[in-house]
Amino acid sequence: MFITRRVEFSASHVCRKQDLDEAANRALYGAAANPNGHGHNYWLEVTLEGDPDPVTGMVFDLKELKDILNREVIEAMDHRFLNYEVPPFDRVVPTVENVAVEIWRRLAPRFSGNVKLARVRLYETEDLFVDYSGE
Amino acid sequence: MTLTRRYRFSASHRLHAPSLAASENARIYGKCNNPYGHGHDYVLEVSVRGPLDEATGRIVDLDSLDGLVRAEVLDAFDHRNLNLDAPGFGDVVPTTENLAIEIRRRLATAWDRAFPAGAPELDRIRIQETKRNIFELA
Repeated sequence: MFITRRVEFSASHVCRKQDLDEAANRALYGAAANPNGHGHNYWLEVTLEGDPDPVTGMVFDLKELKDILNREVIEAMDHRFLNYEVPPFDRVVPTVENVAVEIWRRLAPRFSGNVKLARVRLYETEDLFVDYSGE
Repeated sequence: MTLTRRYRFSASHRLHAPSLAASENARIYGKCNNPYGHGHDYVLEVSVRGPLDEATGRIVDLDSLDGLVRAEVLDAFDHRNLNLDAPGFGDVVPTTENLAIEIRRRLATAWDRAFPAGAPELDRIRIQETKRNIFELA
């Protein structure tokens, strides 16, 4: 069975590579390359896979999941400028793809045994999202 | 990894199969058979699958994807009458099933040349005709 919890965080970022010039960055990232950055209201959906515990009837304690998401994602990224405040985005371009990979990397080790992280879906805007399952 | 981009277009259509009698059309399509047609605000999701390009942090060039969808879908269908103005229908009933097939075909035909730097895989398309009716085609 899959269970999904949704959380929201707001952050700013800029998508540019230091080793490319202005024109190349514009071509690659468009307006997202604006040097002073811009922000989004990110929506994150975290999906776990497991069987309900025969005693509790739960796949995973949702309060514990909430705490994990708060600790690993919200406290780290909410109301932050990703490039300046959240490693590894000082050296990795914080595209929505890379932010999803980083969230997966932070969350995956928190689940073991009968429950595993199945998917993260990260919305950068209502009209753009990525799904990542570790590959 | 998959990346999904959402687009919107508005169009009108009438569901009417020319090979069937008027009474059959009325029975099968109900209100959608109204002779003057009706319209929807369609929401199209295009999902692409590919490996992450470590250099750019992207799996697809979004400008290329947007340009492809604009040229092949939005320019063709937005604010059109699907039966009368849009390519690909004619005698084909513009149900959203058939619209999905036509959009998938148009995207697939233009796909490779739209991504000169390397094309990701077209994973699936999903069309909301209304919030209650959703059609998905892999």
